[in-house]
Amino acid sequence: MVKFTVEDQDGNRQEVEAPTDMGFSLMEILKASEYPILATCGGMALCATCHIEILEGPDELGEATDLELDQLENLPEYFPTSRLSCQIRVSDMLEGAVLKLRGEDVI
Amino acid sequence: MIQTDLCIIGAGPVGLFAVFEAGLLKMRCHLIDALPQVGGQLSEIYPQKPIYDIPGYPEVKAQELVDNLMEQIKPFKPTFTLGERVDYLEKQEDGSYVVTTSDKTQVHAQVIVIAGGLGCFEPRKPVLDNLETFEGKGVTYMVKNPETFRDKNVVLAGGGDSALDWTIYLAEVAKRVTLVHRNETFRGAPDSAAKVFDLASEGKIDLILSANLKEISGNGKLDSVTLTDKTKNEYKIETDYLIPLFGLSPKLGPIADWGLSIDKNAIEVDTRDYSTGVDRIYAIGDINTYPGKLKLILCGFHEAAIMMHSAFKYVYPDQKLSFKYTTVNGVNAF
Repeated sequence: MVKFTVEDQDGNRQEVEAPTDMGFSLMEILKASEYPILATCGGMALCATCHIEILEGPDELGEATDLELDQLENLPEYFPTSRLSCQIRVSDMLEGAVLKLRGEDVI
Repeated sequence: MIQTDLCIIGAGPVGLFAVFEAGLLKMRCHLIDALPQVGGQLSEIYPQKPIYDIPGYPEVKAQELVDNLMEQIKPFKPTFTLGERVDYLEKQEDGSYVVTTSDKTQVHAQVIVIAGGLGCFEPRKPVLDNLETFEGKGVTYMVKNPETFRDKNVVLAGGGDSALDWTIYLAEVAKRVTLVHRNETFRGAPDSAAKVFDLASEGKIDLILSANLKEISGNGKLDSVTLTDKTKNEYKIETDYLIPLFGLSPKLGPIADWGLSIDKNAIEVDTRDYSTGVDRIYAIGDINTYPGKLKLILCGFHEAAIMMHSAFKYVYPDQKLSFKYTTVNGVNAF
């Protein structure tokens, strides 16, 4: 298991615990924790609705892949450590990390 | 006013297949979708992605499935209103409905089928003060008619394919085109990016890189856009139009205001026939929810078949519905 902190759109922080041995993506864990993430494309890095910003954590965690940058660069706003949570595999790298939800909320 | 038996809101895979199931029961359909093409998220987001869980297809590309569905429903001559969002539903005295779109197209139908998926895809907006007050007064998120921009000053913002494509197109039409992009390079199609750099070096457009929109101003109508570059210098550009192109994002939109029972952005339905709590309104596919719901295309197809048998009574109140197989009866085109 790994523990990390999630800051929602309103700035509330909460610790989330997730298993590292089940092949989940961070997006799946966030959805299962009932955060309002659309994940329209279901995890294909094609919609950017699961956009998060890594506030604290290892440098590597904040490095978006090319596939993610294709989407992130299309957004009105993104940050140096922006990621698509569907492209982050839940692993020990997340231990102690702090991330902020940046995806558009559902109305 | 368009007259039809069923008005289907949403032309994704489930909305399209619903036309087939309706057609078998001799009910005509009109479909409305906010996107300019049919296929919903399959065509808009992942047309070239393979899908592996459509019965009978070990593998099918999303766009191919949409094309096949269009072929399958052809005998039932569906009609379409595309690129318009449904804004209002009005119940008539006889129980039927009149639907009004964002462009004031009206459709009269006996039954409403909401197959809206995740909602309507709407443009992502940049965070700018007073943005909404200039919408339709210089700020627009879509190029519907390029002639609107003839001999006008236009600022486009964004770095994706649509920003590149429209910059190239409008360079020939507008008086002056300025493209603002926050990075030094473009991730869109390399050919289009090269063309944009060529146009800029030939002096045919203004290309402002590593810059962001900061504010917009005008007196009743947009007249200037202020940008900041990476060293926080500010530029003010006089312009008639600003076209921010930052992709599309799904929103539930006006559906939320139709008096339906909604849980977590989905419409609650009765699984006996996928009816909503409101007479003559059904919801099928990803937009509905019920205990055990799975957001799968194949589940939406199943819901469409069952729902149509329930809707039959509103279209043909005096007829008895008899269940028939296509293997026995074939497909009887309209």
